[in-house]
Amino acid sequence: MKEVAQFTINYSQTLNSTGQLNITLDALKSQGVSFEDLREFYYHMLLARTFDTKAIALQRTGRIGTYASCLGQEAISTAIGQTMQPSDVFIPGYRDAATFLCRGAKMHELLLYWGGDERGMNFEHNNQDMPYNVPIASQCCHSVGIAYAFKLRKQARVAVVVCGDGGTSEGDFYESLNAAGVWQLPIVFVVINNQWAISVPRSKQSACETLAQKAIAGGFSGEQVDGNDIVGCHLQLSKAIANARTGNGPQLIEAISYRLTDHTTADDASRYRDDQELADAWLKDPLKRLHTLLINEKISSELELQDMQTQCNAQVEQSVAQYLATPAQPVSAIFEYMYQEMPSALQQQLDELEQSLNSEV
Amino acid sequence: MSSPVAELTMIEAVNTALQHEMSVDENILVLGEDVGANGGVFRATDNLQQRFGELRVIDTPLAESLISGMAIGLAVQGFKPVAEIQFMGFIYTAFDQFICHASRMRNRTRGRLSCPMVLRAPFGGGIHAPEHHSESTEAIFAHVPGIRVVIPSSPARAYGLLLAAMRNPDPVVFLEPKRIYRAQSELVIDDGQALPLDVCFTLRQGSDLTLISWGAMLQETLQAAQSLAQQGIDAEVIDLATIKPIDKLTILESVEKTGRCVIVCEAAKTGAVAAEISAIIAEEGLTSLLAPIIRVSGHDTVMPLFKLEQYYMPSVAQIITAAKKVMEF
Repeated sequence: MKEVAQFTINYSQTLNSTGQLNITLDALKSQGVSFEDLREFYYHMLLARTFDTKAIALQRTGRIGTYASCLGQEAISTAIGQTMQPSDVFIPGYRDAATFLCRGAKMHELLLYWGGDERGMNFEHNNQDMPYNVPIASQCCHSVGIAYAFKLRKQARVAVVVCGDGGTSEGDFYESLNAAGVWQLPIVFVVINNQWAISVPRSKQSACETLAQKAIAGGFSGEQVDGNDIVGCHLQLSKAIANARTGNGPQLIEAISYRLTDHTTADDASRYRDDQELADAWLKDPLKRLHTLLINEKISSELELQDMQTQCNAQVEQSVAQYLATPAQPVSAIFEYMYQEMPSALQQQLDELEQSLNSEV
Repeated sequence: MSSPVAELTMIEAVNTALQHEMSVDENILVLGEDVGANGGVFRATDNLQQRFGELRVIDTPLAESLISGMAIGLAVQGFKPVAEIQFMGFIYTAFDQFICHASRMRNRTRGRLSCPMVLRAPFGGGIHAPEHHSESTEAIFAHVPGIRVVIPSSPARAYGLLLAAMRNPDPVVFLEPKRIYRAQSELVIDDGQALPLDVCFTLRQGSDLTLISWGAMLQETLQAAQSLAQQGIDAEVIDLATIKPIDKLTILESVEKTGRCVIVCEAAKTGAVAAEISAIIAEEGLTSLLAPIIRVSGHDTVMPLFKLEQYYMPSVAQIITAAKKVMEF
C-alpha cells in the first residue's frame, strides 16, 4: 500500500482575543495594512454593530420583520467587504449586513428588505452583487456561474460567496466546490463557522475536524482563520482573492466565529445553548479586541473612537428615518416584476385584485 | 441569400435552433451532462462543442442542482444559458434552484437582476425506458410563478419555440417529448424565425368538439380526430404548446364554437395541466359548454415499468370514447 494523497489545514490568527498582534505594526504595514485601514475596519465593524442593534430594536417594536443578526461576525464580514474590489461580485447568505454596507449598499435598503419591501434588494450602488439568499448554500451554485462568466470574458474579477457551518452540509455546497475545482474558477468560498446552525452545534453538523478541509475534495486548498480577528481575516482573504484574480483558482476560508445572539429575532437560543458558552464567546468579541489594539498602540484615542460611535449612531438614525418615511409600493408591484412583460393572464389577475380593492365596502 | 430548408426530425430541429442562436448571439451558452463531445444522449447538442468550443458548450460535472444554479449565475451576468437536464426524471434537484431563485430573481431585486435562461429536458413515456425516464410532470413547473413552460409537438414548432425561449428575457422550461424526437420529419426553414410564446396552435379546424393536447400526445389526438371525422364528428385540435402562461383566448373561443371539450395528456390526472384548462373553461366559458369536460390522462399511479407502460398512456381508442361521450351527452 502507498499513500496517494495528503493534505494539511492551517489555522491563522494575527490579532488575538486580548487585542494583541502576533506581528509588529511595521510588519503589518509592509503587508499593506495601514493605521488608516485599521481605523476604517473599526468604523465599519462599529457601524455594523450599531445597525444590528437598531435592527433588532426595530423588529421588537414591530417596524421591521424577522431579522438575522450579524452580532459577533462583524470581523469576517467586514474583512470581506473591505478586501474585495468594487468590480468583484459578492454572493451572500442572509447574515451579511456588514459586508453589504462595506460594498456600498445603503442602510435604508437593507431595512427595506427586512421591513418586507423588495426594493431593498434593488441596490443603487453595488448593483451586480447578489441579493440576500435565504435557502441555505444554494448561492454557492450561483457563484460558480458568476465566476464562469468572469473567466469566459477574461475579466480579472472574483466571486466571493459566503455560507455558514450548516451550509457546508448541503449538496449545493459540495456540487459548487467540485465544479469550481474542475474549472479552476475565481471564487473564494468563505464559510463563516459561527458554531450553530439554528440549534444544531458544529459538532453535530460534520465529523470533519475542520470545515476547511471540505475544499480538498473539490481539488483546492482550504484554511482556517480566526474569524473574529479582522486583521488575520483581511490578510488571508487578500491572498485568496489575489490568487483567484490571477488565475490560480478557487480557495476556501473557514472563519471561526460565534453567533452571539439568536439565529434570528424569531429564535430563542436559550432553549438549546449554554449560558456559559455564550459568556465565553463574548470574551472573543471581534470589536473589543480591535478597540484594545487601537487604544494600546495609540492608533486612535478614546475620544476619536467615541466620535466614530456618534457618527455611526447618526448614520443609523438617518437611515431609519429614511426607511420609515418610504411609502409602500403600489399593489401592482406584486405583479410587475414577475416577467419583463406581464402576460395577459397575469394582467387579468392584477385587474381583478385592483377592482376588488376599489370595490371593498 | 436564402435560408437553408431541410426535412428535420424534432431532435434535429432542436439542434438546428441551438446552432442558429449560438451563431448569432455569442451570449448563448449550452451546458449539461454529456452535451459536449457526446452531443447529448439524444444528440440534441451534436456538433455544438466542435463548432463553438469548450468554453461555450460546457460538459458539467454530474450535478443537476449545480447545472441550474450555475445557469442562474451566468444569466445574472448577462449570458443566456441553455441548460440540458438529461431526463426529466432527474430534474427535481435542479427544480429547487428554479423555484427558489431563477423564477424570483427579477422580482426579488425589482428588476435589477434577471434570469434569461432555458432549462431543456426530454420528457414523457412510450419509449420503453428504464425507471425515472418516462414521467410527464410539467404541471409542477406550470405551478411556479415567474417562469414559462413550453412543450413543442413537431419539428417546426420545436425550432421556432426554442428560438423564442432563448430570446425570452425570463426563465423558460422547455420540455421535449422524446417519444417523437425521431417519429417524423418535416420541412423546417432555418431562417431564425421564432414562434410566439403565448399562443396555442390550432392544428385542425372543427366544429363539433375541441380536443386539447400538447407534446407527443398530439399524435394520438390527431389520429383520434381523423377517425372521428370518418364517423362524422368534426373535431378541432389545439396544441397547447405554451403550458405557462396558457393562451386562454384560443381555448375559450374554440369551446365557444364547439361547446364540447376533451383534454388529453400523459400526466397523472390529479393537478395536471388538464385540470387547469378545465378550470379556465369552467370559470370563463361555462355557458358555452353543452357537455362536461372530459380529461383523458395518465393515472394517479407511478409510471409503470415498460411491460405495462401502454396501459398508462392514453390511447387513440380512449380519446375516441371520450369524444363520443361528450357528443352523446
